[in-house]
Amino acid sequence: MTTITENSIPTPRRGIRDEMVAFVIMTALLLVVPLTGVYPFFVMQALCFALLACAFNLLIGYGGLLSFGHAMFLGSAGYFTAHALKVWGFAPELGILVGVAGSAVLAVVTGLIAIRRQGIYFAMITLALSQLLFFVYLQTPFTHGEDGIQGIPQGYLFGLFNLAKPTTLYYVILAGFLAGFLLIYRTINSPFGEVLKSIRENEQRAISLGYKTDQYKLLAYILSGTLAGFAGSLKVFVAQNASLTDVHWTMSGEIVLITLVGGLGTLFGPVVGAFVIIAMQQYLAGFGQWVTVIQGAIFVICVLTFRRGIVGEIAHYFKRSL
Amino acid sequence: MNYQALFAQLLVGLINGSFYALLSLGLAVIFGMLNIINFAHGALYMMGAFAAYFLLNVAGIGYWPALILAPIAVGIFGMILERTMLQWLSGLDHLYGLLLTFGMALIIQGVFQNYFGSSGLPYAIPDELKGGVNLGFMFLPIYRGWVVIFSLIVCIATWFVIERTRLGANLRAATENPTLVRAFGINVPRMITLTYGLGVGLAALAGVLSAPINQVRPLMGADLIIVVFAVVVIGGMGSIMGSIITGFALGIVEGLTKYFYPEASNTVVFVLMVLVLLVKPSGLTGRAA
Repeated sequence: MTTITENSIPTPRRGIRDEMVAFVIMTALLLVVPLTGVYPFFVMQALCFALLACAFNLLIGYGGLLSFGHAMFLGSAGYFTAHALKVWGFAPELGILVGVAGSAVLAVVTGLIAIRRQGIYFAMITLALSQLLFFVYLQTPFTHGEDGIQGIPQGYLFGLFNLAKPTTLYYVILAGFLAGFLLIYRTINSPFGEVLKSIRENEQRAISLGYKTDQYKLLAYILSGTLAGFAGSLKVFVAQNASLTDVHWTMSGEIVLITLVGGLGTLFGPVVGAFVIIAMQQYLAGFGQWVTVIQGAIFVICVLTFRRGIVGEIAHYFKRSL
Repeated sequence: MNYQALFAQLLVGLINGSFYALLSLGLAVIFGMLNIINFAHGALYMMGAFAAYFLLNVAGIGYWPALILAPIAVGIFGMILERTMLQWLSGLDHLYGLLLTFGMALIIQGVFQNYFGSSGLPYAIPDELKGGVNLGFMFLPIYRGWVVIFSLIVCIATWFVIERTRLGANLRAATENPTLVRAFGINVPRMITLTYGLGVGLAALAGVLSAPINQVRPLMGADLIIVVFAVVVIGGMGSIMGSIITGFALGIVEGLTKYFYPEASNTVVFVLMVLVLLVKPSGLTGRAA
């Protein structure tokens, strides 16, 4: 049986060099964005989704666990950060800390429940858990139900950087994205990451080698959920609102779509996928529900003919590791 | 305690339980043969309701023929999906089936939303089932009673076909070892297609039954399917009877919650799922997976 990630090329020395080159190119491109006149709001939004998808990809691409509820981390962290900034008047760095800590706690609790089942059941359980949270947020007063939390003050990061200025905000978001990306890169290439990959390839064998696979999976889930929460906290500063849309199952589906289009189990795939999908949504915004239909069609096409995704296909063609 | 209200909520619970049972039954049958969790199940349930609506408003065909024609039409549509798309996934990871059917659900629901918006279209209760009877302790609308009893009959019939007939025996054998069953000269790929059609037809039947109660809406199956997933996690997919009993039982629990603590009625099934996972991770009737 083929596993969900066909992009599992072993990483020799040359692979790491390829990844370094690609990382430098990506960072250079992202650094010059404000000079090019590209709409910074679009790029910031795409960066938040890129980080979110990278966190999701850590779980499925390297741990083989498909979470269909990752929107719960995006939305929860968004609510926590928004509440801390607006109601408690926290500084941005503390607001982000509240969001990240909250999603870490959420990841521990949901992770302990979800990892009790494998494969297809894991996907259904995470979906059900996020739907549970959706209804909780619909009813608790602090989220303001259908309206969401709006008009969130952006404030001064560390008392120095004015986040209301688009260029400053852009570089702060970029720094956050790069920090998260490097943390994921480090995790994948650590001994922990290697064990994770071995669990994905053959869990029984990993168990027989003496690894407590449940602990590895739980740790990967917590790390993934926390980083997804970090993306949600950053997104609050860009969108200046926190709403039910971000906790809904359609958002979880979008995260899966972004990663699938970019390439499951590739390092840069989720980033490419985020820019492609967010750009598509921008251009097709006027077409109403046809966007949903097109997203569905992309799902179908990707699964049937294009399982490696954009970056996966490129890496496969050039026999590189990306 | 207000017994009238309590029994009314119990009845609503039983009706929802009927839909949970019909849908989770179809999911279990499909998963057994195709190894696919059919995310499009909710969308196909919705198509069943719309099929009944079209039959009435375009062709003038009423409720009773629709009860048979709509599941057949949607079942054929499902079989086309299986032949053109799902069959190419055999041998791949289960998760691809989930992703593919999720995409199909988005397409189907998106198309219907484009043409019909998000509001509900009315579908009248057939004349024969209008009105109600006073049972003394409660007032029973005849249509609602009919939905519960008819669903129960369909569920038991499905169980009988799969567990007690030769056809069902072939089906169960093909689930266990398709290669060996093919060696006996049974056309397993055709059987898989028909199984998918059967599962989808059950979903469409639930859609027709719900049309007069819940109105016909493009997103009527979208949230329902997530609850049904939780039902499947609770019950496990190993046993047909298990799916039926779990479906009805959870409907009743939901109905009771609506009476005693309405704020939790949306979430009670998910909370139960968490409790079951903590106590018995393999589900109430299922084998560990």
